[in-house]
Amino acid sequence: MDSNPQATKSHSDAERKKSIRRRFIMSITSRWQLYLFLLLPLAYLILFAYVPMAGLQIAFKKYSSALGMGIWGSPWVGFSQFTKFFSSYMFKRVLTNTVSVSLYALLAGFPIPILFALSLNSIQRRRYKKTVQMVAYMPYFISTVVLVGMLMQMINPRIGIFGVAYTAMTGKDAPNLIGLPDAFRHLYVWSGIWQSVGWSSIIYLAALSGIDTELHEAAQIDGASRFQRVLHIDFPGIVPTAIILLILNSGQIMNVGFEKAFLMQNTLNLRSSEVISTYVYKVGLASGIQDFSYATAIGLFNSLINFSIIIFVNQIAKRTVGEGLW
Amino acid sequence: MVVAKMEATARRPRLSAADKIYFGSVYAILTLIFLLILFPLVFVLSASFSSPSAVAAGRVVLWPVEIGLEGYRAVFRNKSIITGYMNTLIYTFFGTALNVAMTLLCAYPLSRKDLRGRNAIMMLFSFTMIFSGGIIPSYMLMKNLHILNTRLALIIPGAISVYNMIITRTFIQNSIPEELLQASQIDGSSDAGYFFRIVLPLSKSVIATITLFYVVGHWNAYFNAFLYLSDRSLLPLQIILREVLISNTIDFSQVVDPEAAQAKQGLADLLKYSLIIVSSVPVLILYPFIQKHFVSGVMIGAIKG
Repeated sequence: MDSNPQATKSHSDAERKKSIRRRFIMSITSRWQLYLFLLLPLAYLILFAYVPMAGLQIAFKKYSSALGMGIWGSPWVGFSQFTKFFSSYMFKRVLTNTVSVSLYALLAGFPIPILFALSLNSIQRRRYKKTVQMVAYMPYFISTVVLVGMLMQMINPRIGIFGVAYTAMTGKDAPNLIGLPDAFRHLYVWSGIWQSVGWSSIIYLAALSGIDTELHEAAQIDGASRFQRVLHIDFPGIVPTAIILLILNSGQIMNVGFEKAFLMQNTLNLRSSEVISTYVYKVGLASGIQDFSYATAIGLFNSLINFSIIIFVNQIAKRTVGEGLW
Repeated sequence: MVVAKMEATARRPRLSAADKIYFGSVYAILTLIFLLILFPLVFVLSASFSSPSAVAAGRVVLWPVEIGLEGYRAVFRNKSIITGYMNTLIYTFFGTALNVAMTLLCAYPLSRKDLRGRNAIMMLFSFTMIFSGGIIPSYMLMKNLHILNTRLALIIPGAISVYNMIITRTFIQNSIPEELLQASQIDGSSDAGYFFRIVLPLSKSVIATITLFYVVGHWNAYFNAFLYLSDRSLLPLQIILREVLISNTIDFSQVVDPEAAQAKQGLADLLKYSLIIVSSVPVLILYPFIQKHFVSGVMIGAIKG
């Protein structure tokens, strides 16, 4: 029997493979309830996230709902929708507006919650701290519509607090800020900071609360001032969190949210307030001739840039500081 | 807490000059930020309780002028605001119920380390956070599914927020010890039984947190309704708010006597303030109750996951 060890080996190999397969199947079937749980979420994900991604193909097609050929049946046109966008006069405008608004928002909006959290964390009076936090979180729960509505009331040249103060100080009529193209960026960014500074600081406060108190005690014994401790203990403690948030935020550089920009738009400030997302909407859904293919191409261009930026920044973060999202 | 107090009393007399300057500037900065955030909120609240003429003349600065409830009366007399409010309540209730159920259904299996294909499924979900089909393909999908211009259009899309799912999954994974799973498996409990008897009761704080996130999300949502709904009787509050607050389209025949022409503008402005309060208060009073939950480890879990 043992004269042919080769055969026995392959026999036991097959046996082992079989038992591995059986164990593999067992490990799935014995967990069938877990897969059942996942059934609905997965179906949802495929239908509402991946089916639209398949729909992106119309960016390379000439889709027309009038022709009735559907997404799959429409003729391919290659990159012509993209070249049409790159050569249109709106390309430079929406790109510049989008990038400048979001870069401004990132540069101004990123450090402030960090400073806020570091300051808040270093003070001792609990009552004071709690009150400041409570109020600072509140604007986050206000809707974009209400935020823009409040902003427009506040800067109203006639009845707004800005208009009243301006007239009282200069004796002249206040400018209508919401109609000034140059003011759009500042209004957009600073109202955003007003809304999110408290909320964004939560994550830093959480990271700060995780810092070992022994570090502070040791530094105190060595005679470090509170400021030195903030600089050398607290700040390094939140750097990893800050980097992760920076990666996440940088993925949004080409992504000026539709809602707020659209709500703040009017015919007077359109020159600086038309961003990619609002332009996609106007080309695709709002104009008389709904050009789905063209709008999808613009949207896809935008998503691809975002996607590349987030991958790129993540790589850099991993190389330089050893922290990344994945 | 006791330790913090002792620390404070022990150190207070020995504040060095550097510390004095430091704390002086920290309190100054924090108080400034505090006031800057608070002022617009107080202003809106005060204006909403003032008289139309005071608002129209810009006489409200910090406190209410000629206190009255005219703005609120105008809000509640407006039919489209009431309809919008009701619709938003419907969307928020059913939408959140679906959201929380779906999120838990998804987060629990993905928190189990013995689930085969877990990483692949996670990838499938995470990828949608950084890449999506965009508004036009989504619109076409809604159209093909024939849920355009129905209530479902505001409830079904976005049934799971991947971000909230990850928070929940991380919470379940980190805060429920694996020994509990082993113990319940020895007791003969099934995976579903373990979920209902152990995981759900122990996940109250994360459920509270994501519920709050979803409620706020639905309450403040505007984009989907804007894209998918055209029937006026279905519109949620935020769309009505936009008409009143931003586009200034308000039907005066519903609000005031036509002859009160002069008061119209003042009342229109006053109504905006009252409407802001009426529409924001439900969410603002909800959050202090849940605040303690999301600070307790849930947020930090989100970033570590």
